[in-house]
Amino acid sequence: METGIHELTAGYALDALDPEERYAYEAHLPGCERCQRELASFWETTEALAIAASGPSPSSELRERILTDVRAEPQVVVPFEPRRRRVVPVLAAAAAVAAVVALGIGLWASHLSGQLDDTRAALERERAAAEILADPDARTVSLQAGEGQLVVNPQGRAVLVLHGLDPAPSGKTYEMWIIEGETPVRAGLFPGRDGADVVGVDGTVDTGNVVAVTVEEAGGVDVPTTTPIVASEPV
Amino acid sequence: MEVTAPTVLALPGSPNRFAMRKQHAHLSDEALVALVARGDEAALAELYDRMGRIAYGLALRVLRDERYAEDAVQEAFLAVWRTAAAFRAERAKASTWILTLVHRRAVDLVRREERRRAEPLADEQSSAGETALATDEAAWLRFERERVQAALGQLPDVQREAIELAYYGGFSQSELAERLGVPLGTIKSRMFAGLARLRELLDDSAQEGSWRPEFTS
Repeated sequence: METGIHELTAGYALDALDPEERYAYEAHLPGCERCQRELASFWETTEALAIAASGPSPSSELRERILTDVRAEPQVVVPFEPRRRRVVPVLAAAAAVAAVVALGIGLWASHLSGQLDDTRAALERERAAAEILADPDARTVSLQAGEGQLVVNPQGRAVLVLHGLDPAPSGKTYEMWIIEGETPVRAGLFPGRDGADVVGVDGTVDTGNVVAVTVEEAGGVDVPTTTPIVASEPV
Repeated sequence: MEVTAPTVLALPGSPNRFAMRKQHAHLSDEALVALVARGDEAALAELYDRMGRIAYGLALRVLRDERYAEDAVQEAFLAVWRTAAAFRAERAKASTWILTLVHRRAVDLVRREERRRAEPLADEQSSAGETALATDEAAWLRFERERVQAALGQLPDVQREAIELAYYGGFSQSELAERLGVPLGTIKSRMFAGLARLRELLDDSAQEGSWRPEFTS
């Protein structure tokens, strides 16, 4: 028999608690995993109730009203500018990018699988990327080439958010690189879509590294062979 | 190794707003929320395009007034914009979170405005607006509605009544106790037992086969 504050989970999920109990429940919730789990699952049930309520469409003005609201307060967004600008390493970013193409650095065997594009793996990667994007401690690094941003969390896991890349040409792939000093390290492949790409970078991005993207033969290569079309500022 | 001529793709120009919105069409709801947290307006627009209709249907069911319903949806999406950074994908789906915000806003409004109090249970579903939807989406909504109504229909009457009056009518537990003339503790128990049973029934029917088209419109 469910009793006490745990039982309030149903009323909370239905937004039916009276104010005092709602406050009490919200105070209780952070410390109670059982209630958190129960609430998450009840919320799925109330979502079904919400979907079942569907009726006529809202006026077309509503969308514009919402976007107008949002434009009126862009500053409310959680700041993601770096809290502290690190001193940029001696090696200028542009030089680092140029180095990618120039060098014949030692190769190493790649343990990366080239075939990650099974749907489940793709979804899993996107979920991991979303977590990094949502991390308030992650910082945003702008791109010196390409349009978009690089987001890096304090552990050095990174996501590239790219706008406007065409899908890679037939027989080609986009390949990411983490450039440390003058050494490019393979950091994963992605096909590119007609639109925005949100791609998790394999490996760890350390201070001073540059993340770059080149177009390569399908399956990827161990050393970049083309000029990067995307490159971040040094992290 | 043969040196391949560098393949340099043209760097894109600044995309316009419409193009930006379309660009997000393939992202998951959760990824969109993450982008919203970083100030991506196009991501919010895409979330609205996916969720706005269901959100409005819910708000209208609770508030029974188009203007108030639009206000509730507008305020909820503004809350999404403001608080997206606090959203944690491991806790709930983004759609659940957004609909929870809409519902809470609608309930707050209905209590403040004393607007319901007519009989909130009448199911005034109109399918008129659905002609404007992609066939897939309309079919999916109809399928879901029938599935949920079938599950509600299997609940004991007192449990169904408590859930419908609370969720669609915006009545609080103490208001329900008064309205129905039963002790508050009874209402709490009915609500808990009813929602737990509904969850089971929906899980069962989901296993029988549900499907959801990809909404990209």
